Amino acid sequence: MTAQARDAAIVGIHEFHSRNVDGELSSLQIKAECAARALADAGLSWSDVDAIYDASEGAPMSGLTISEYFGIEPRLVDTTAVGGSSYEFHAAHAREAIRAGKARVALLTYGSTAHSNALAIGVGGRGFGGVTPAENMESFAGQTLVANYAMAARRHMHEYGTTSEQLAEISVATRYHAMRNPAAVEAMEELEFIDIRETTVDDVVNSRMIADPLHLLECCMISDGGGAVVIASAEVARNCKKPPVWIIGAGQAVKYPVIGGDLTSSAAIDSGPVAFAEAGVSPAEIDVAMIYDSFSITVLTILEDLGFCAKGEGGAWVEGGRLRFDQSGGPALNTDGGGLSSNHPGMRGIFLLIEAARQLRGESTAQVAAAKLALAHGNGGMLGSRHSAGTVILAGDRT
Amino acid sequence: MSKLPTRPLPNLSEPDTAAFWRATAEHEFRFQQCENCGTVVWHPRRHCTGCVDGSLVWQVSAGQGAIYSFSIVRQSYHPFFRNQVPYVVALVDLDEGPRFLTNVVGIDTPEAVHIGQRVMLAWEDHDDVSMPLVRPLTE
Ligand SMILES: [Zn+2]
Repeated sequence: MTAQARDAAIVGIHEFHSRNVDGELSSLQIKAECAARALADAGLSWSDVDAIYDASEGAPMSGLTISEYFGIEPRLVDTTAVGGSSYEFHAAHAREAIRAGKARVALLTYGSTAHSNALAIGVGGRGFGGVTPAENMESFAGQTLVANYAMAARRHMHEYGTTSEQLAEISVATRYHAMRNPAAVEAMEELEFIDIRETTVDDVVNSRMIADPLHLLECCMISDGGGAVVIASAEVARNCKKPPVWIIGAGQAVKYPVIGGDLTSSAAIDSGPVAFAEAGVSPAEIDVAMIYDSFSITVLTILEDLGFCAKGEGGAWVEGGRLRFDQSGGPALNTDGGGLSSNHPGMRGIFLLIEAARQLRGESTAQVAAAKLALAHGNGGMLGSRHSAGTVILAGDRT
Repeated sequence: MSKLPTRPLPNLSEPDTAAFWRATAEHEFRFQQCENCGTVVWHPRRHCTGCVDGSLVWQVSAGQGAIYSFSIVRQSYHPFFRNQVPYVVALVDLDEGPRFLTNVVGIDTPEAVHIGQRVMLAWEDHDDVSMPLVRPLTE
């Protein structure tokens, strides 16, 4: 492995404990609790934070609002909001600011009460009566969120012969990991999942069809939740409580519908190579892949786009449990249980960074032995139409 | 008496798309093309995405195309669509280029829909505006 620049590292993480706050906490309160605990995890405090990153899910004018609410006076504010991948964008921007000497300690937070608010993220509606020109052309058709992803899956099946059984492998692997994560099991209990256990391919393809060809067990859950990540300079990181998790590469991209566009690939095709080139590593070297699993097809598409396998070959490639943490031949996928089986309050990107950091610290409940390199890839917006992609590659301090 | 839930209709005062929706009342599916560089612009907007000094003019589609992808929606929480399940949403490529999201109607069962299927516009009329739905092409 080539030596990467190690200028900025994740030094503090926290994932909110509950997936159902029963409407008793606000997203701002969740953000603040996670921020305090992530700072404590790092051995830092509010006064150390000089850069704030926020995707505006908690309050309008969020860069201003959140600074006052936390009681900090940042000298750098970044409110990039590109959906669920915002946190991968934030991590990349924080690293750049730290490298440039503009910041020393960056704080990223996320909080959501999607479950309490009864938002239909995973299997239901949303998107009707839009206000942007593009949405004003589409809202009449009653496309649900899952139908958007289902159309990507249908086209993938049409072009490459991908099967429901192959897509189900994604769900089976994430549930396999979720059952080893007490927080994920508790989440499924809180959200009243029926029959909480490891699943099989048959379980998935025999579950209720929500929007052909996607079944219930291929759709993410709808939870409350939140998290925080603290990113610090190498100088600060050396004195933190936990070993640093270095950010060694990052790439960003967007994609939207165009005439003749290809629904079988995502913006990861553009963000991935940039991140890998900067990190000086290849997909085959990645031990842990944290890939936004809104739906099974999201992961399959992105695995191909990032170069873990060739375009169109993802279906065959994921067969046989390759993505489980205790198997070789591929990265361990979403070892916390993912959005499918652990935590999905609407914008899951921050949890990808958190679990990647746990793995590289050796703290995961589905720990990959001697994990050295992890990837966090967020997909914001919708795979089957307009979306953003943020790829972040992380290295443990032990390598 | 309570009003039955209806299909969500477009905002007819949205600046970029108002002209498109006005023309649907005449059963015209319009799209834009740049007089300067020839770029077909879709969805409608004010500027050309192919050049910076373009001028867009409206064209009218012949109303035929093919299904690029589709899904059969079996669960919806929307007050109107929840009573329509199962229904088909599809991306249709018009022969002139524009790809638009719509519903496939005029089919015996949703399972009869397939990628590549030839379709034609099947307008659903509302007050002052019509929805560009599609049905299988009949010669
Ligand atoms: Zn032009």
